[in-house]
Amino acid sequence: MPSLGADMAAGRLLQWLKSPGDQVKRGDIIAEVDTDKGVIEIEVFTEGTVSKLLAQEGDRVPVGTVLALITGAAAAVEEGKTPAPDTHPPAERRVIRASPVAKRFAAERGLDLADVKGTGPDGAITLADVEALTSRLPPAPSSEEETGGRLRRAIAAAMARSKREIPHYYLGTTIDLGPAVGWLSDRNRDRPPAERVLLGVLQLKAVALALREFPDLNAWWVEDRAVPKEGIHVGLAVALRGGGVVAPAVRSTDRLSLDDLMRAVRSLVDRARSGGLRSSELADATITVTSLGERGVDAVVGVIYPPQVALVGFGRPAQRPWVVSGQVVPRPVVTATLSGDHRASDGHRGALFLARVEEMLQEPGKL
Amino acid sequence: MTRDEIRDRVIQCLREVAPEADPAGLRSDAPLRDQLDIDSMDFLNFVIELDRSLRVAVPESEYHQLATLDGCVGYLAGKLES
Repeated sequence: MPSLGADMAAGRLLQWLKSPGDQVKRGDIIAEVDTDKGVIEIEVFTEGTVSKLLAQEGDRVPVGTVLALITGAAAAVEEGKTPAPDTHPPAERRVIRASPVAKRFAAERGLDLADVKGTGPDGAITLADVEALTSRLPPAPSSEEETGGRLRRAIAAAMARSKREIPHYYLGTTIDLGPAVGWLSDRNRDRPPAERVLLGVLQLKAVALALREFPDLNAWWVEDRAVPKEGIHVGLAVALRGGGVVAPAVRSTDRLSLDDLMRAVRSLVDRARSGGLRSSELADATITVTSLGERGVDAVVGVIYPPQVALVGFGRPAQRPWVVSGQVVPRPVVTATLSGDHRASDGHRGALFLARVEEMLQEPGKL
Repeated sequence: MTRDEIRDRVIQCLREVAPEADPAGLRSDAPLRDQLDIDSMDFLNFVIELDRSLRVAVPESEYHQLATLDGCVGYLAGKLES
């Protein structure tokens, strides 16, 4: 059971997606697990054959517990400790598409989603579908387990830890978005909707590229020092409709083209809200970007998600009077902020970083 | 296509974008973003769904005309007539 955050102690195994005898490779999804952050797909990080499933569907499994054994050339299973392979033939498994809130609601009541008829997109099971089934059953065991409550508690734990342990410093700057907005408008004009790119993706890419020059901000605080991370995996704060927020990572954000980044972000947002986030996406973020401008705020000054050491916030792009070549003209501008961990970096470095993000956004064609 | 049919299609597209929300209970003259708590990604997905469903590719410069349900129906009716 992987740790999907410093605050995670255990997860409940919802569904095995592989059976003993199945061949697996790196990146395959082997199981779905219910965590405080929603229903997460557990990936395989090796190649081989599933020899034994060690946890039962419905089990609550502590972090660090071995869920399954995989044998094969690349599998790292200690000799002499490998259980006898399960000789049962691989069973056919049907992947059930359901929203995270529906899966959790069902799991908390011990319901099998196979018994529920989905009425959502592509037959996906929605919360309403599960509620309709449970309306004939006894009520939920306790309000403690109410849907969304655990996510709230997980956020509370992480944010309280952050404010308790991380000495934040905060910086802000107003960035002229004229070049980025104009460039993007031209780029999107003749494209079908499915191929358009959002302004937020340009901001994300600018942050990722700037981080190449500021490894002290792309780091985790481990014990008593900042450990720079090799890859730049920007966590994107995604608000969930039922309340709460998750910040899954876009892997190698700096290496993706804008089109690929847009596809990755769309997929991530969709899966954060409808189910299917992968374990690595929740565990790998090296910095977080949050944008609350769409909710009408001019600026967001965020709380760093430990063990990360920085968070970038973008407010609402708005038309403001701006001086260009000595003339006051209307320009779209945005307030960008940096919340930094003062143990890992100083305000001077943070200021240089924000300035670099601003520079990046003045030349959108290079993003 | 009648206005009622267009309205049904719009609601169907919104349901695809925000399945946990209740598009059927929308006020026709109030902003969709506020009623459904949708963001720019949701809105782009809505525009993509409209393109798939009605073959109307709404340019970014005309997004503001899709602010309300009534606005969507009026805008799309005009596009489908032309």
